[in-house]
Amino acid sequence: MFAYLMKRLFQAIAVMFAISLISFAIQDNLGDPLRELVGQSVSEEVRQELRDELGLNDSFFKQYTRFAGKVLQGDLGTSYFFKEPALDVILKKLPATLELVLGATIIIIGVSVPLGVYTAIKPNSLFSKIVMGISIIGISIPVFLTAILMIFIFSVELRWLPSFGRGDVVHVFGPWSTNFATVDGWLHILLPSVALASIMLPLFIRLIRAEMMETLQSEYVRFAWAKGIRPKRIWFVHALKNTLLPVITVGGVQIGTMVAYTILTETVFQWPGMGFMFLEAVNRVDTPLIVAYLIVVGFIFVVTNTIVDLIYGLVNPTVNLSRMDA
Amino acid sequence: MKIFNKFVSACAVTLALTASVSAESIKIAYDADPVSLDPHEQLSGGTLQLSHMVYDPLVRWNQELAFEPRLAESWEQIDPTTTRFKLRDGVKFHSGNELTAADVLWTFNRLKASDDFKAIFNLFTSVEVIDDHTFDLKTSEPYPLVLHTATYLFPMDSAFFSGAEDNGNDKAAIVKHGDSFASRNISGTGPYKVTSREQGVSVQFERFGDYWDTASAGNVDSITLTPIKEAPTRVAALLSGDVDFIAPVPPTDLARIDGDGATDLVTMPGTRIITFQMNQDRVEAFKDKRVRQAIDYAVNNVGIVDRIMRGFGTPGGQASPAGYQGYDASLTPRYDVEKAKALMAEAGYADGFSITMMAPNNRYVNDDKIAQAVVSMLSKINIKVDLQTMPKAQYWPKFDERAADMMMIGWHSDTEDSANFHEFLSHCPNADTGAGQYNSGNYCSPEADALMAAANTETDAAKRAAMLQELEGILYEDAAFIPLHWQNLAWGARKGVDAAGIVNAMNFPYFGDLVVK
Repeated sequence: MFAYLMKRLFQAIAVMFAISLISFAIQDNLGDPLRELVGQSVSEEVRQELRDELGLNDSFFKQYTRFAGKVLQGDLGTSYFFKEPALDVILKKLPATLELVLGATIIIIGVSVPLGVYTAIKPNSLFSKIVMGISIIGISIPVFLTAILMIFIFSVELRWLPSFGRGDVVHVFGPWSTNFATVDGWLHILLPSVALASIMLPLFIRLIRAEMMETLQSEYVRFAWAKGIRPKRIWFVHALKNTLLPVITVGGVQIGTMVAYTILTETVFQWPGMGFMFLEAVNRVDTPLIVAYLIVVGFIFVVTNTIVDLIYGLVNPTVNLSRMDA
Repeated sequence: MKIFNKFVSACAVTLALTASVSAESIKIAYDADPVSLDPHEQLSGGTLQLSHMVYDPLVRWNQELAFEPRLAESWEQIDPTTTRFKLRDGVKFHSGNELTAADVLWTFNRLKASDDFKAIFNLFTSVEVIDDHTFDLKTSEPYPLVLHTATYLFPMDSAFFSGAEDNGNDKAAIVKHGDSFASRNISGTGPYKVTSREQGVSVQFERFGDYWDTASAGNVDSITLTPIKEAPTRVAALLSGDVDFIAPVPPTDLARIDGDGATDLVTMPGTRIITFQMNQDRVEAFKDKRVRQAIDYAVNNVGIVDRIMRGFGTPGGQASPAGYQGYDASLTPRYDVEKAKALMAEAGYADGFSITMMAPNNRYVNDDKIAQAVVSMLSKINIKVDLQTMPKAQYWPKFDERAADMMMIGWHSDTEDSANFHEFLSHCPNADTGAGQYNSGNYCSPEADALMAAANTETDAAKRAAMLQELEGILYEDAAFIPLHWQNLAWGARKGVDAAGIVNAMNFPYFGDLVVK
């Protein structure tokens, strides 16, 4: 177990190193940060002085070694726009994003499991057909369209839900303020969570349904029926448990993807998380923040995948982590 | 921030005691929030919008593009290079300090040291303090734009910003990237104090109890400014009642906001001209005046405004918008395809030629669609265009490289004056003086440049206007660039919020005077 975790740790470092190198290499193509820092009538001479000051005129190698040296001391650079260490900015924005992802995850689990199981058990019922039909539509509508559509219906027309932002948040500790402590907070997180969940939901319903149908055909389930075990026990204990393994694998990968989708969702809802921050950073050519974000997200990917592997062991004890090639 | 918080609670107590009659509070949503609280860090619309809320300028523009006295009560020119200003009495900063001429001197020196603002104050040599409420503003030569420039002088609280912070940093320092006292703290004379701010999330303002302008009808006590980047979300926030005032309004939603029973739309012709430049160093044909004129005749400005901008712009035949000294009403947009073809034939290019074009796709309203329209218009006179559009972050480095034969640029004159357009967009490029810095066409007319130089030392308004109009005439005749239109401005507000009374062509809403019913 320990050896496995160490291996994963080294892997994480290698991934982050590769990301930093790539993001550093492309940063020159992102645009000129000076444009966003100075006004239109500032002379070329002053611009060049500023570039020198920022070290933008140095060679790639020099810039990268300077950056790498600082990273080893825990300094990922200073954001041009926020004027704070990039890591601090990201950590401040992280809780908002994690809460959004959590909200979406709860919705996905809470909705996809019952619907997936139901449509597998009763594939020919009218309700199942409606669910499958809607999921086809859901999977093909891009998230920003879903989001804007929902804002239009629930905020502008019905006026039930707020259209943007986090609303009343309650400070917990450090950079973490939560949406889950006030009614206003709950109302604000509802639409963005549903929008974010809408991308993954159809996928999970279909996945659980397919796996479940397959499991229901297997020998041991038939044997269970023959033994006269109650249907509920067969469906939810015998069949569902074995359905979950592939679902967890896909889920682990998809949580990472969900972090990527927060960029769009947060932008539409003006959600002050790190996805929105990233898009803004790209628009403002805030290169230190872009590089730091990519490294942090790389780290999150590695961590979630490691956790998924650990959960694997819990769900299926035959998976031996210490022998598993990571 | 700690200083702020103490300050705020102290002021809150004061406010509670004085118990103002009406306590209106509003929420504003802009597409972005100010980059810094330091008014001299970056010269941008966002900075100036903030400055008009927490500071006051010496003079400001009114809706008719005339000057309105603010902190300067009166002024007179005492010799060709000196203007004497008289400051208002009893004006207090948020910190409680009283405004004196020494603050003006201090602010002037800080402006002269700011990378972004020093160009505007280039010809200004000094501020001389005569007494506590009188000072002289001196220029190196007779300068017609003294008052124009005084709109940029928002006196800062010199006592508040002097000295060192606990960590030893100078409180007055202007830091472009990184932390500074002035980027986090404010003490101005303006109608609002900043009570809290989280960059990119919100800024909270509260009305300053000791604000000098007691004649102002403004009755808004607290303002929350939230940036909402996405236009549809911003519009939805207004329509759903989550915010009370938004800007900008995208052209697609103008009718919706106008038609909604709960909201009002306010529009105004803007002063930002959108143009295309034709690079004479890259394309031989562009050296020929007739070819440039042909392109101008081929481009249907009015059509672009009607179809692509949905009427949300004013078609232009010159750089200066109406109201500027250089505006010449006779220079109307040209559009005549037959004439364009004839001019091309006359110049020997009846069969046309191929060029490249670049335009941004997120800088100006509908910029990429405008570029596409121009491409199809030029194909009618046999000019084949290879168009590339890109985000502004990538576009500006390309623009600096002069990477395409035709490039789009929009320009707003920082001085609200005609000469500024010529200086940056069509002046002979000169790396030493910085003139023609954005002239990617490399158009060069010594005659036009001489007119601009003469106009810039001409203090007689009528003579100066004549010179600047002659200058616009030369650029028109030479088809130095292709003027398209001036972008309109639009604000949306909840009914009862009197937006029409506080907006102006500069896009600096004067929230201190906002009346909410």
